[in-house]
Amino acid sequence: MDVCRAVAAAMFGDADAVRFTPLTAAQRFTALQSGEVDVLSRNTTWTTTRDTSLGLNFAGINYYDGQGFMVRKDLGVTSAKQLSGAAICVEPGTTTELNLADYFRANNMDFEPVVIENTTEVTAAFFSGRCDVYTTDASGLASARNVSAENPEDYVILPEIISKEPLGPVVRHGDDEWLDIVKWSHIAMIQAEEFGITSDNVDDMMDTDNPGIKRFLGVTPGMGEALGLDEKWAYNIVKQVGNYGESYQRNVTEKLGLERGLNALWTDGGLMYAFPIR
Amino acid sequence: MSSTQSSSSGTQPLLALIYDKTFRSILYQVLVFGGVFLLGWYLVNNTLTNLEQQDIATGFGFLEREASFGISESVIEYSPADTYGRALVVGILNTVKVSALGIFLATILGTLIGIGLVSPNWLLRFMGKTYIETFRNVPLLLQLFFWYSVVTNAFPGPRQALNPMAGVFASNRGLYLPVPADHPAWTAALIALILGLIGAFLVRKWALKRLEATGEVFPYLSAGIGVAIGLPILAWLVFGAPTEMNTPSLQGFNFQGGISLSPEFFTLLLGLTIYTATYIAEIVRSGIQSVPKGQSEAATSLGLKPSWVMRLIILPQALRVIIPPMTNQYLNLTKNSSLAVAIGYPDLVSISNTTMNQTGQAVEAVTIFMTIYLSISLLISFFMNWYNKRMALVER
Repeated sequence: MDVCRAVAAAMFGDADAVRFTPLTAAQRFTALQSGEVDVLSRNTTWTTTRDTSLGLNFAGINYYDGQGFMVRKDLGVTSAKQLSGAAICVEPGTTTELNLADYFRANNMDFEPVVIENTTEVTAAFFSGRCDVYTTDASGLASARNVSAENPEDYVILPEIISKEPLGPVVRHGDDEWLDIVKWSHIAMIQAEEFGITSDNVDDMMDTDNPGIKRFLGVTPGMGEALGLDEKWAYNIVKQVGNYGESYQRNVTEKLGLERGLNALWTDGGLMYAFPIR
Repeated sequence: MSSTQSSSSGTQPLLALIYDKTFRSILYQVLVFGGVFLLGWYLVNNTLTNLEQQDIATGFGFLEREASFGISESVIEYSPADTYGRALVVGILNTVKVSALGIFLATILGTLIGIGLVSPNWLLRFMGKTYIETFRNVPLLLQLFFWYSVVTNAFPGPRQALNPMAGVFASNRGLYLPVPADHPAWTAALIALILGLIGAFLVRKWALKRLEATGEVFPYLSAGIGVAIGLPILAWLVFGAPTEMNTPSLQGFNFQGGISLSPEFFTLLLGLTIYTATYIAEIVRSGIQSVPKGQSEAATSLGLKPSWVMRLIILPQALRVIIPPMTNQYLNLTKNSSLAVAIGYPDLVSISNTTMNQTGQAVEAVTIFMTIYLSISLLISFFMNWYNKRMALVER
């Protein structure tokens, strides 16, 4: 969500100039292809097929995730390798569904997929005991456990992470300028964190002598023009939405209790790396 | 009249043509058809151009590629290593399975309630009315959600499964029933059953012919049932009367062996049956009430037994009224089965949705499942029209 607000802040100078359309996993690509939405910022994994034959472009990666399994604690399961024969709740049309089949095939295990389209319905089915296992991205599991479970302590997330799920905003082919704007709005949030600019100190930073920050915030003009935006584009993003770290803290750490992990800055041993803005 | 027309057409041929009734009607039809055709062509062309501009893959080549997603229940063998084409066939069969069973059960339930509605018993009438008004006026999708939550929440987990009798287990993973273990006797019994049914049909034909020729009545119904049931039992006995059963047992997470009804299938079947039966009940009631009272009175005064009055006088006439709207309900049930996607039963729409999402070929996937629904619906309606024609009043 913050990605969309960042793009709106960059383009219109107002982070609230966004209209959100909630979509299920199965609807999302058709909605984007047909122009019902202009940018898809859900938990969409970057894959070859989606980048090519679906006619989409990924604008970057704002969350490095991986697929995990959640089970009831009283089943006594400690590893995904013990899940042969289990009924597994999964959302259709996701990479999760494919990874799941691949993983069980690779390990010669059986499973019964219970495929339900709506996230609310699928988690309800899991918590009612229809499935032994719920599988999705680890962040999704944490979110389901913290938000929907009656008693979060009754559930464990198994240690195996069976896939790489780079998640990010997606746009459709055919509008390169739009792709650029989404891509650099996302990078600006990471860059702001690298510079140490936050929504609180961004006004003070306008007086800095650092030429990189001056260029970034539009004190030295040029970057905005190159993107076809106002020179204050990055300033507006940081001021109204915050930098990547603030956004992560607000949406992931506080709500789901997940650490930065792979999503820390590269300088802190993570994978978040802003391309030079110049 | 004709002379004035021909003279005016001589002076102003174009005007005459416009005032000509046949010409005008043909012109309108050509215009309408041309308009529709152009619109269709524009839509198809536009879609293809747009897809190409966005580099979205087109064509049906994806049907040959590996599906690599799992399907929970299937009539035929299926594994993630099979193709998208086979996955779609699994979906079609699942749709046909639930629709066929739904039509069968809804017809029985609906007929029973319909008869209850015209019964002289006040309580039966009242219960029938209440049932119809309740289930007909709640959207089917909500009923499905309701039944699904009842099924998954009311039944215990597999380890505490209800075990009402030996070999039968009911849990929130589904209903598990024992089936006879593999043995050639069962195949023989099945073949005997088919032969028995053909035999019963032939007996009926012969009995009716004899009735027309000699007027003698032969109890073909009981004889036919005897043949159809007796033959399979005989075959089973001849092949050694095996009684060994394949009973489900708890292994690991779930039951293995026997046959199972998944909660999704059960919910969908229950929802469709209960919902459609309300409409069928009303159709049956109106059919029975459409036969004038004089018909049954006349039949009784001729000395026919009450069961014969129902079978030979009332039912044939009621069926003429019942069949056409019944066709409609059968079609509705089949189409409503696509709501399966909401509760996770792997029907055609559910699998098409997954396919469309993994391949991104929405236009092709939607075209495929629309074509298939159209074919199933047309098949049902062809069959029902044929049956209707057979039942129609033969006027001499």
